[in-house]
Amino acid sequence: MTDRAKNAERIKAGLARRYRAEKRFRLYGILAITAAVTFLLVMLTAIVIRGGGAFQQTHAALEITFDQQHIADNDWQGMVKASLRRAFPDVRARQDKRSLYGLMSNGAGFDLQNMVQDDPSLVGQTRTIWLPTSDDVDMLMKGVIDRSPPEGDRRITDKELTWIDQWIAAGTIAKQFNTRFFTSGDSREPELAGILSALMGSILSLSVCFALSFPLGVMTAVYLEEFAPKNKWTDLIEVNINNLAAVPSIVFGLLGLAVFLNIFMLPRSAPLVGGMVLALMTLPTIIIASRAALRAVPPSIREAAYGMGASTVQTVLHHVLPLAMPGMLTGTIIGMAQALGESAPLLMIGMVAFIVDIPAGFTDPATALPVQIFLWADSPERAFSERTAAAIIVLLGVLISMNLLAVILRKKFERRW
Amino acid sequence: MYVTPARRVKQTVEGAIKLLLIASSTVAILTTVGIVASLLFEAIRFFGEIPMTDFLFGLEWSPQTAIRDDQVGSSGAFGAVPLFVGTLLISAIAMIVAAPVGLFAAIYLAEYAHIKVRGTVKPILEILAGIPTVVYGFFAALVVAPWLRGTGEAVGFDVSSESALAAGLVMGVMIIPLISSLSDDVISAVPQAMRDGAYGLGATKSETIRNVVIPAALPGIMGGMLLAVSRAIGETMIVVMAAGLAANLTANPLEAVTTVTVQIVTLLTGDQEFDSAKTLAAFALGLMLFATTLVLNVGALHIVKKYREQYD
Amino acid sequence: MELSLHTNLPSSAYVEDNLVSSPHKVTAQGVDVYYGDKQALKNINLDVPSNMVTALIGPSGCGKSTFLRCLNRMNDVVDGCRITGQIKLDGEDIYARGVDVVHLRARVGMVFQKPNPFPKSIYDNVAYGPRIHGLADSRAELDDIVLTSLEKAGLIAEVRDRLEAPGTGLSGGQQQRLCIARAIAVEPEVILMDEPCSALDPIATAKIEELIDELKQNYTIIMVTHSMQQAARVSQKTAFFHLGELVEQGDTSDIFTNPSDERTQAYVTGRIG
Repeated sequence: MTDRAKNAERIKAGLARRYRAEKRFRLYGILAITAAVTFLLVMLTAIVIRGGGAFQQTHAALEITFDQQHIADNDWQGMVKASLRRAFPDVRARQDKRSLYGLMSNGAGFDLQNMVQDDPSLVGQTRTIWLPTSDDVDMLMKGVIDRSPPEGDRRITDKELTWIDQWIAAGTIAKQFNTRFFTSGDSREPELAGILSALMGSILSLSVCFALSFPLGVMTAVYLEEFAPKNKWTDLIEVNINNLAAVPSIVFGLLGLAVFLNIFMLPRSAPLVGGMVLALMTLPTIIIASRAALRAVPPSIREAAYGMGASTVQTVLHHVLPLAMPGMLTGTIIGMAQALGESAPLLMIGMVAFIVDIPAGFTDPATALPVQIFLWADSPERAFSERTAAAIIVLLGVLISMNLLAVILRKKFERRW
Repeated sequence: MYVTPARRVKQTVEGAIKLLLIASSTVAILTTVGIVASLLFEAIRFFGEIPMTDFLFGLEWSPQTAIRDDQVGSSGAFGAVPLFVGTLLISAIAMIVAAPVGLFAAIYLAEYAHIKVRGTVKPILEILAGIPTVVYGFFAALVVAPWLRGTGEAVGFDVSSESALAAGLVMGVMIIPLISSLSDDVISAVPQAMRDGAYGLGATKSETIRNVVIPAALPGIMGGMLLAVSRAIGETMIVVMAAGLAANLTANPLEAVTTVTVQIVTLLTGDQEFDSAKTLAAFALGLMLFATTLVLNVGALHIVKKYREQYD
Repeated sequence: MELSLHTNLPSSAYVEDNLVSSPHKVTAQGVDVYYGDKQALKNINLDVPSNMVTALIGPSGCGKSTFLRCLNRMNDVVDGCRITGQIKLDGEDIYARGVDVVHLRARVGMVFQKPNPFPKSIYDNVAYGPRIHGLADSRAELDDIVLTSLEKAGLIAEVRDRLEAPGTGLSGGQQQRLCIARAIAVEPEVILMDEPCSALDPIATAKIEELIDELKQNYTIIMVTHSMQQAARVSQKTAFFHLGELVEQGDTSDIFTNPSDERTQAYVTGRIG
């Protein structure tokens, strides 16, 4: 048996190397997971850091006189300018005055207009009103624009800095909660831009998507699971559904462009078309999830119903469907969450325009939240970069809520047969 | 048993319901038909103006100049090869990132991880899958690309601000959950008896995984990889936001390239008539994209199905 | 032949003690096995002599396979499995600290109930063990090991000209003999067999029983079987397990014709199990 002794020596000689290899192998696995999780954390942190500031907007307190002349001329911004002149009487030169006016947002005047519309008694009065500053001042106050470089390299001139410092000393400039972000639509001026029009567009599109894909998806799933015979036709439908689930989203956009816009002549940029395209994309997800929910209902339920003389339709409608509904809804919520995040197909059907007005109907021109993010990401102003990140935070927040809702729903209605 | 009037009504109603169900099921087929038809129709019109060989094999892509010079049939201006190469370059970078990370993550989770670790890490990886691609695109364009540029310059490389590397890296991270989730499933499906056979011989865990489990799971893993490649090729937002617009035929990941999906978006956003060669070119590109991803998807599903037959 | 499992001490250090204290190849002393809170085996004391076939019999679910898997520490892979007591191979406790499991499993091989060849060629199946343990220096040596093992397993005639064919393409009986060849290729001292014929037809079973009879000349074989006839045919020693306890052990002929315990009597006459 010297073979065995020789083998034993050989085995022992190799053990250390093999255990080292084992350790290395395990390490690779841990490294891989760490890398993925780290990337996720870095990405989310970067977005929160960049966007957190956008939830606040710098305002300055100005003494505004609602005088008749300016109102008659419809020159609301003029009231703002007058107030600035009064606050800084030493500013004379044309250039300097323009600089001074530039401290406040171009939209400050609209705020005054809205105030007088709501409360006409303001006419003739003098009030201290907090109005939004320009985006450069906002960025300065948030520390994004640095004071230290020499004047030529800065967006804010030294003179502007002295005026701003005066405000700071007097306590008449402060960061306040940026309600405008949630109440207004897009704008060329970053300090006036909000996500409301995009949000409404998303809500309208998703409503259309749900209204189309949920019934169609459930009906298809019911047909395939409960009624369809096993033949080539149903096989074809199944193959189609699996393929559609993996088609790139932009192809659905091309379909929408060619068929919905050019053949059906539906309006471009409308949530109706957006919703229809999203519905086609979400359909496979809902069908697959609904089929799984239907399969989870035990056959004994169906047998009990048949045994009492119920027809297939009655069995499905009265017994199987209600039991499968929670699973179907969970799948639908997840499908809707995916649809909310889609932007590529919407670009194809034109929901990529500059939308200021809040869309009210399904045929009004609109955009969607992820598309708004895409558009803002292109803008060079730092303030837009901040708002893009903030819009992403809102989008992720909505997605997290939807997914949490799906998980809660699943846990609540989970039955053990 | 008499067929009463009530029962006849019920039968008609039920018949109508069944018809409704069948009709809704055809929507899936109609969608596919619609996609193929619209893509083919417009693409054929395109190939009526630009010869298919020019499109498939041409090396110069500059659709804007073709229209301006009124040379609709000018050869070389609609050559899609730089687009194909750019798409492949970025997808390759994405797979280089995603394949090892996804596979090793799956191996660790399926074979080594404590059940609590698995329960925490799997949902986190699913989060990566649920983040909208526009968010990845934002991160790629505004954080990763400048960082790569800065680091590259510090080390002496000339990195474009729209480098293929930036877009490919971020796209790779996006695909990780696709690979890890599918691989995890197939690895877990390998029967324990096979592992026992290896352990019984005195193999270490890593030897068992490397020599027995992975080869057994290989068809499923390959299927997952193909699906991931298909996803990478069809991805739009990350490349639109982080990759370049100018066609550039190169294999250097530090340069800016453009892809098929970017060009589809560029050609179709903005105002132009529907019939110009530019818009039709977008449909031709769309047809190429659909055909390629279809082949990859069908191939992947076929491989996974064949593998499942082995163990059922 | 005393071969130490401890990797950092020379083999000779154990020779003197063990020759005197343990003439049996494998001994179990006071072994209890728990799965979580449930106790699967109670106070097992078993002696297994060298170069013989020892059969473990008893009704299903009484712990025979669990005990078998303790002998090569395969239960280490099962979560929540706890073992107390001592199991000695050539006088060394295999559960002692510092024992290398990988080396142990090269010395104690295993053949499973359902044949489980790897999805590789016949050659690669048999060559797997020698490859990972580094037992061959050259391809010629490896070929030699593979062919010898296939010969000892009685399979060489049927597969000699298709060694590259997949192992999973063989019939059930051939696959099991392939698994036996695979186990032999590492030159173990003990071969554990967990109901090796229960998934096979009678003709394949007969072939394997013949094989086991030949193998005992060079290996110690411990076999779990639910067939008393098989135990009577193949083994020289038998141990009867019942409800997690080792009721009786001894020469096979004694156990079947003249058992001491009434439970053994009841089982072998067919009244229980």
